[in-house]
Amino acid sequence: MLRFFISRLGLIIPTFIGITIVAFAFVRVLPGDPVLLLAGERGMDPDRYQKLLVQFGYDRPIWEQYFHYVMGLLQGDFGNSISTKRPVLQEFFTLFPATLELGLCAIIFAVVIGIPAGILAAVKRGSWFDQATMGIALTGYSMPIFWWGLLLIILFSGTLGWTPVSGRISLMYFFPSVTGFMTIDSLLSGEPGAFRSAVAHLILPTIVLGTIPLAVIARQTRSAMLEVLAEDYVRTARAKGLSPGRVIGLHALRNAMIPVITTIGLQIGVLMAGAILTETIFSWPGIGKWMVDSISRRDYPVVQGGLVLIAGIIMLVNLVVDLMYGLINPRIRHR
Amino acid sequence: MRRASLLLASAAFVCAASGSAFAQTLVYCSEGSPEGFDPAPYTAGTTFDASSKPIYNRLVEFKRGTSETEPGLAESWEVSEDGTQYTFHLRQGVPFHTTDYFTPTRDFNADDVIFSFDRQRLEDSPWYEYSPGISWEYFNGMSMPDLIDSIEKVDDYTVTFVLNRPEAPFIANMAMDFASILSKEYADQLEEAGTMELLNQQPVGTGPFSFVAYQQDAAIRYQAFPDYWKGEQPIKNLVFSITVDAGVRRQKLEAGECHVMPYPAPADIAALQENANLEVMEQQGLNVGYLAYNTQQEPFDNPKVRKALNMAINKQAILDAVFQGSGVAAKNPIPPTMWSYNDAIVDDPYDPDAAKAMLEEEGVTDLSMKIWAMPVQRPYNPNARRMAEVIQADFAEVGVNAEIVSFEWGEYLARSSAVDRDGAVLLGWTGDNGDPDNFLAVLLGCDAVGGSNRAQWCNEDFEALIQEAKILSDQEARAELYEQAQVVFKEQAPWATIAHSVVFMPMSKNVSGYVMDPLGGHWFDGVELTQ
Repeated sequence: MLRFFISRLGLIIPTFIGITIVAFAFVRVLPGDPVLLLAGERGMDPDRYQKLLVQFGYDRPIWEQYFHYVMGLLQGDFGNSISTKRPVLQEFFTLFPATLELGLCAIIFAVVIGIPAGILAAVKRGSWFDQATMGIALTGYSMPIFWWGLLLIILFSGTLGWTPVSGRISLMYFFPSVTGFMTIDSLLSGEPGAFRSAVAHLILPTIVLGTIPLAVIARQTRSAMLEVLAEDYVRTARAKGLSPGRVIGLHALRNAMIPVITTIGLQIGVLMAGAILTETIFSWPGIGKWMVDSISRRDYPVVQGGLVLIAGIIMLVNLVVDLMYGLINPRIRHR
Repeated sequence: MRRASLLLASAAFVCAASGSAFAQTLVYCSEGSPEGFDPAPYTAGTTFDASSKPIYNRLVEFKRGTSETEPGLAESWEVSEDGTQYTFHLRQGVPFHTTDYFTPTRDFNADDVIFSFDRQRLEDSPWYEYSPGISWEYFNGMSMPDLIDSIEKVDDYTVTFVLNRPEAPFIANMAMDFASILSKEYADQLEEAGTMELLNQQPVGTGPFSFVAYQQDAAIRYQAFPDYWKGEQPIKNLVFSITVDAGVRRQKLEAGECHVMPYPAPADIAALQENANLEVMEQQGLNVGYLAYNTQQEPFDNPKVRKALNMAINKQAILDAVFQGSGVAAKNPIPPTMWSYNDAIVDDPYDPDAAKAMLEEEGVTDLSMKIWAMPVQRPYNPNARRMAEVIQADFAEVGVNAEIVSFEWGEYLARSSAVDRDGAVLLGWTGDNGDPDNFLAVLLGCDAVGGSNRAQWCNEDFEALIQEAKILSDQEARAELYEQAQVVFKEQAPWATIAHSVVFMPMSKNVSGYVMDPLGGHWFDGVELTQ
C-alpha cells in the first residue's frame, strides 16, 4: 500500500510543473493586454503604457517572467490581482469555501439520489421506472445550466416564493466568517433563523450544479450494476439462496462501485466548470465567478494563480480517489 | 485584530439592522463587485458607486441629477485672471467617519486635500505605489500630471492649485471620483502601522455613509453617518447586494429582496413597467455611440462621401434592432443632456437614393470597406455586431460592400487608434465630468489623432473653436463656441453619430427621493424608504 501511495505521489510533481507552465502560457496566449484594458476607451499614452509594463514586470523576457512566477509560487507568493491589488492567495481562500460548500452539497445531492436511482433502474431493468429514470437523466445531462438555473429561480423564487432568489444568506444576517462555510458559520453565530436561511439559499444552486453529475452517476451506476449482475458469482450467490438484498447490496454493489467512484472523482472537474455558471446566476461569491471576471480583465496573476490552485485541488481529489480504489479493490494496489 | 474589528462592526450593524431598524435598510442590487474602496486607482463606475459616491466627498460636487457643479468640501473658489490659479476656500467643521478601525481627532482641512492629490502625482510620495501594482489611471487619463504645477496650502482652510495652463474644465474635474478627499490622519495611522494597503479596503471619508464591511463578491454594508455635514440620512443602513445577472436582479427586485436595481435587460423593461409595485425611472445617458470613418484615407477624406454614407444609415432600424427602445438617435457628438448641446442642428435624413446619387457624383462606385464591431457590450452600444450588420445591409443598398471585422477588446482599442487603420470603427464614449470638452477635445481634437480620435480627424476651424472654449471661464461664452463647433462637425461628418442610450432604473414604490445621475453614477444620499 505504501509503494502504491508513493508511486501515485511521484506522479504529482511533474503534473504540477506542467500545470504551472500551462497556466502561465494560457493567459499569455489569449489576445489582449491587461495594461491596455486598465484604461478602456480612454486610452493610454505610450510613455505611460511603457511605465506600467515595467511596473508589472511584463517588459521582461517571457522565461524570466515564468521563473519569477515559479519562484514566487514556491514561496507561497501567488502575486497580487491587477484589478483589486489584493494578494491572489488571500482572495482565493476567501472565496473558495463558498465554492467548496456548494460543490460538496451538489455532489452529495448527486450521489444520494443518483446511486439508489441507478441501482433501482438496473434491478428493475426495462421497467417504467428504469425508462423514466434514464429519460430524466438524459434530459438533466443535456440541460444548459444557465437556462435551468434561471428557470428554477423564476418558478420557485419568483412565482411560488418558496426559495430565496440568490446569495448565500439573507442580508438580515451579518456575522464574521469563521470557517467560510455559511451553514457552519450560521450555526456558530447563534442567530435564530440564520442556519435556516443559509440552507434555503443552498437549495436551488445545489440542484442546478448537481444535475449533470446526478445524471452521469445514475447512468454509470445503472450500467455498472447491470454488468455485475450478469456475472457468474452473482448467479452463484443467488443459487446459494442469499436474499436479493444481500446479493445486490453486498456482492454486486461493491464491485459495481469502482467505475462509479471513478465517475464521481471525474465529476469534480465538471463541478468546477458548472460552478462558474451556477455561481454567476445565483450571485454565489465563489471562485468560479472570480475566475471568469479575471479572464475578461486579463488579470494574469489571478488567472494563473486560480488555475494552479484549482488544478492542484483536482489533482488532490484524484489522488484520494486513486487511493480509495486501492482500499476497495485489492487487485489495484498489488498490481 | 481584523477578526475582532469585524466582530465589532457586525455587532454594531446587527444592532442597527435588527428588528424594525432593518426596515430602514435600503438594499441595492448592484451589478458587480468593486475593485477597491479607494476610488482614485480605478476607472469603473461599479467601483465608484461603492466607494466615492457613498463614502467620500469632493471639493466640488455635481448638483444632484445634473452635470453642473456646486460647492462641496470647498465652500467657494476663485480663479486668477490668467486662469492658472484656483484658490479653494474649504468648509470648516466637516468630520471624518468614526469607524471601529479609525477615530479621527480633527476635522477635514487643507492637509487632507493636499494628501489626496499629491499621492496621485508625486512619484516620491510613499503613497504613490502603496499597494503592489496600484496606478492612477483617471488622474493620468485626465492629463492632471501635466496640468497641475503645484498644490499649495495657504492656511488650514485655503488651498491653491497652480496650473501650467488655463483649463476651464478643471472645476468639473475636481468633482470627479478620482478627486475624492481622503483623511490624511487615517493614512498616517496606516503608514505608521505598516498596513497601507488597508486604505483601499477599509475606507474613511466625509460622505453620507460610512463603511461597515465588504463580503467579497457578495455584499457591501454601510451605515448612515450621523454627523454628515449635510445632515443625517433618512435611511439607517445601505446594503449593496452584488448580483451579476440582469435576469436575477429583476427576480430579486420583484421578490422584494432588493429595492433598487441598475441595468435591467432591455427585454425585461416592458414587464417591469407593468409591475404595479415598481417604478421604472429613465434618463438619457451621458454618452454617444458612433461610427468613425478614417478621414485620412481615401475616399473617406472627402466629407461628401462621409455625408452620403451617413444618409444611407437607417438609425431607426438600429434603435429598434439593437437598442430595443433603450436609445435615441444621435445627431451631435455630445448628448442632449449636456450644456451647449446644439438642438438647432438638423440631422442628415435617411435617404438611400440621394446617398447613392451623391456617391456617384463623387466618383465613388464599387466601394468596399470594413466596419469594425466591438466585441463587448457598452451602454452606448449594447450589441455592436448586430449594429454592424444593420449598417452593412444599409450600405449594400447604396452599392457599398462592407465587411465586418472584430478583435479582442484590448486589441480593438489599440488597433482602432492607428492612423493607418483600414475601415470605419464602431465605438462610443461615456462622459466623465459633464464638460463638453470631455467629448469634443478627447474624441475629435487634433491632439487625440492616433489616440482616442478614431476618425483621425483634425479640422482647423473645429480645433480653433474648442481650444478657445477650453481657456475661457465664462460658461455662456464657452457654450456658444461649442455650439459652433457642433455645426462644423455636422458639415464635415467625421462620424456617423448613431445613438445615445436611455438608462432605466427600476425600483420599489417604497423608495422615494431617488434622483438619476446623468453621469451614470448611483447615489443614495437623500433617498427615503416608506413602508
